Amino acid sequence: MHAFEYHRPASTKEALSLAGKKEEGRYLAGGQSLVQAMKLRLSSPSDLIDLSSIKELGGIKASGSGVEIGAMTRHADVAGSKDVQKAIPALAALAGIIGDRQVRHMGTLGGSIANSDPAADYPAAVLGLGATITTNKRKIEADKFFKGLYETALEPGELITSVAFPAPKRAAYMKFKNPASRFAIVGVFVADFGGGNIRVAVTGAGPCAFRQADMEKALAAKFAPESVANIKVKPAGLNNDLHASPEYRAHLITVMAKRAVEAALGVRPQT
Amino acid sequence: MNAPLIGARVQRKEDYRFLTGTGQYTDDVALPNQTHAAFVRSPHAHAKIRKISSDKARKAPGVLAVYTGEDLAAAKVGGLPCGWLITDVNGKPMKEPPYPPLAQGKVRHVGERVAVVVAETPEQARDAAEMVKVDYEELAAVADVGKARNGPALHDIAPDNTCYVWALGDKAAVDAAFAKAAHVTKLDFWNNRLVPNAIEPRAANAVYSRADDGYTLYVASQNPHVERLLMTAFVLGLPEAKVRVVAPDVGGGFGSKIYLYGEDVVVTWAAKQLNRPVKWTAERSESYVSDAHGRDHLTTAELALDKDGNFLAMRVKTTANLGAYLSTFASCIPTILYATLLAGQYKTPHIHCEVTAVFTNTTPVDAYRGAGRPEATYVVERLVETAAREMKIDPVEIRRRNFIREFPYQTPVALCYDTGNYPATLDAVLKLADVQNYPARKAQSAKNNKLRGIGYACYIEACGIAPSNVAGSLGARAGLFEAGEIRVHPTGTVTVFTGSHSHGQGHETSFAQVVADRLGLPMEAVEIVHGDTSKVLFGMGTYGSRSIAVGGTAIVKALDKIVAKGKKIAAHLLEASESDIEYDRGQFKVAGTDRKKMFGEVAFAAYVPHNYPLDKLEPGLNENAFYDPTNFTFPAGSYVCEVEVDKETGATQIAAFTAVDDFGKIINPMIVEGQVHGGLAQGIGQALTEGCRYEDSGQLVTGSFMDYCIPRSSDVPLFKVDTRETPCTHNPLGVKGCGEAGAIGAPAAVMNAITDALGVKDVPMPATAQTVWRSMKQAA
Repeated sequence: MHAFEYHRPASTKEALSLAGKKEEGRYLAGGQSLVQAMKLRLSSPSDLIDLSSIKELGGIKASGSGVEIGAMTRHADVAGSKDVQKAIPALAALAGIIGDRQVRHMGTLGGSIANSDPAADYPAAVLGLGATITTNKRKIEADKFFKGLYETALEPGELITSVAFPAPKRAAYMKFKNPASRFAIVGVFVADFGGGNIRVAVTGAGPCAFRQADMEKALAAKFAPESVANIKVKPAGLNNDLHASPEYRAHLITVMAKRAVEAALGVRPQT
Repeated sequence: MNAPLIGARVQRKEDYRFLTGTGQYTDDVALPNQTHAAFVRSPHAHAKIRKISSDKARKAPGVLAVYTGEDLAAAKVGGLPCGWLITDVNGKPMKEPPYPPLAQGKVRHVGERVAVVVAETPEQARDAAEMVKVDYEELAAVADVGKARNGPALHDIAPDNTCYVWALGDKAAVDAAFAKAAHVTKLDFWNNRLVPNAIEPRAANAVYSRADDGYTLYVASQNPHVERLLMTAFVLGLPEAKVRVVAPDVGGGFGSKIYLYGEDVVVTWAAKQLNRPVKWTAERSESYVSDAHGRDHLTTAELALDKDGNFLAMRVKTTANLGAYLSTFASCIPTILYATLLAGQYKTPHIHCEVTAVFTNTTPVDAYRGAGRPEATYVVERLVETAAREMKIDPVEIRRRNFIREFPYQTPVALCYDTGNYPATLDAVLKLADVQNYPARKAQSAKNNKLRGIGYACYIEACGIAPSNVAGSLGARAGLFEAGEIRVHPTGTVTVFTGSHSHGQGHETSFAQVVADRLGLPMEAVEIVHGDTSKVLFGMGTYGSRSIAVGGTAIVKALDKIVAKGKKIAAHLLEASESDIEYDRGQFKVAGTDRKKMFGEVAFAAYVPHNYPLDKLEPGLNENAFYDPTNFTFPAGSYVCEVEVDKETGATQIAAFTAVDDFGKIINPMIVEGQVHGGLAQGIGQALTEGCRYEDSGQLVTGSFMDYCIPRSSDVPLFKVDTRETPCTHNPLGVKGCGEAGAIGAPAAVMNAITDALGVKDVPMPATAQTVWRSMKQAA
């Protein structure tokens, strides 16, 4: 790790001001990706602006239509939140299987989606639930947030403050884990908002999380596992690595989508 | 009188310090004026070094020195030696290319040491290492074991990248047997390459003293005396007596800490240049590219059978990847420790094995838990199971038909098994695994939409490599004995010095059990010392499951001398004839009387010799012994694995794993179970999750825990394990060794189960979900 200046602002305003002054500076949320990259000397920010002391970035608020989660909320807190468990149990369950116990007690919602790791779990929920991302400047719809590999709609210095998740009628997330890293090789989030409003979001398979329109359409007609079981996903453009070829990932999207529907219907436990 | 300790589940003495964070590892050793080294490593698999520019690094904050291969060459530092000379099929010695501790002129694998920076702090050393600019001319590389012979040459002396072609067995007899066989089973497979991943990374800290011109090297090593011998005699040319090597607490090795590594040499040499202690501790990323890897065999194996399933002959051709250079014992792993095990538990009359060992642009390959024996067991047990299925004979029955039942048994591949009882472990494992109710479990799995399979493996292991003179005739350049010393203190407590080394095995407990049991003393009266050349008289270290069979026997021999001398002292004290003295659990007694002296009284008399036969006997009670075994020991066992495969994803779970091992006499069943569990986990890791992969360019793909999957607790089931005791016939404890068994037997059992579940002939290791899914698709 190269040397850097460490800052711990007490307010969003102070954090933004620091970010404006430090060109090579980076926000530090949970540090579960950035600190690893720094340890490997792949990332060498001049300044780290630690957001962990900014109270307004934490907390979970329940509303009639869902939950709003502060950007600095740790995965374990989302997983353990009674409000989240009640409003969107699938979101709590997803947060409960991110990484391992240590990761879940450090990693944050805002940090995860700002990083847009292609294999991260949260993007599937943000996209699958049609969440709204609030930053210091604006509100961004989930559909316009994930732009590509480690690329989002965020502008330089822009800071996520919270994410609002609307509560679906039913939903589930099924993840096929990379056995080594426990990231998603393929993760599928299925949400049914009623009235044929279905969202199916896939993580792990492409450069960033994406929606699977053909499955949404089929599930809108009938919310049942067999609606997606025979939908063949095209491998073209899907990720290719040691652990899974595009063909295998395409196959897993169908299997995980089917299982997510089963889990949303309560006929299979969510894993 | 104390209760017998041999065979007791004694809690591990060493665990208090390990569990409370008070262990002392090499990296914990902080010396006055400590400096820190960082290595500049090659980013290329194969390249010429045109120029190394280190001016900027030398001027960086805190930097004390930068050294390159040229500096070492100028100082006449030698190359790293190989400890075993293999003679090829034409009677010529293997090709031994130079292995400089820092690269000279060329790099041959990613991660090869090119230069070292020594600085005041680890961070300064690391920062400056990035400033060393190396101008490389990249060369074409070869990483794949199967492509090595036609790949670009790594070393001038081996233009076809071949270190040796070696063979064992009677080829003509094998060919004749195949010609009349009723059935031939043939398999082609890759025994996957593994990265060792000890929990403690390698580390070294060397200090030089001008006061006595002596060196002390603290190093994470499995065999400090061998490290000292190789380094002083072959590399640095130092007097052995001027070098002390200490291997303090060592956090696992699995073989990877047997070898003399370039880093150890460089920090020792640099400590004198700078007259300051120099420390290096590997980062995990460095471990992946610089710890010797394991396995990586490409094999074609055939088994010839008669119409009744009796084995007639076995023919094996293996290409073994040695990596870019010859690591310390690399050459003997795919030969002496591999081909000799191909008889397994069976009376196959004719066996021939040919091994081509090749250089590639990869990290050197050497012994890793099992070392040759897992590869051999995989050959034998995959062939046997496949032959049974092809001939529609029950896989258990075909094994029974071919078991060796009379001992001693001379195999056609050099080894002579002293003893064994293979049907006993097989019968026991079938019962413990409840094989008779397997069909019901399979049906239940089918109801859950899972494919269930069952697989067997009956392995044999050769532990405690020996004897030295035979090994020497086969090319060993080191002895294979062990040394032990018993120091009885005046008040009757005992310090035991052993040349074997504990890096997780629990010697401080099990060796103390042997001594306390034999002397009839409480455990608290016995301390075990190991891992320091200045304390322990000599030693060959710990590898190949040799510690208790060889090191334990050396201790017993020293104990016998203690008791013999004690009898002389007791006879004097008791005014009896020496021949009338019996030693019984802490007491020297005059036979047939109630006259006796306690062990402590005799010890006291030896050190305060007021009433003592000084005219006939030296004072003191301290004895040592060297033990060179007459043969290997031959642990064996039978494993049953059941797997469940997810039909949709290919994800495979070990549903049950049952192991019955025959380790001979067992000193501490708890420790043995732990060793078996760990070995099984590593064997399951090889079968299911671990596969070291290189790109064709020689870049390591699986360079971290993100991509290289060592098994977690959730990847293994609750093991069912048991043992049978057929004592070894040629050591006084009757022990055989247990450290590697699990890793040897498990891969074949798992893969036999997976192929059974899928109804296919073969599935490559590691059987990841994707691999199994592909196999299912191909079979469909």
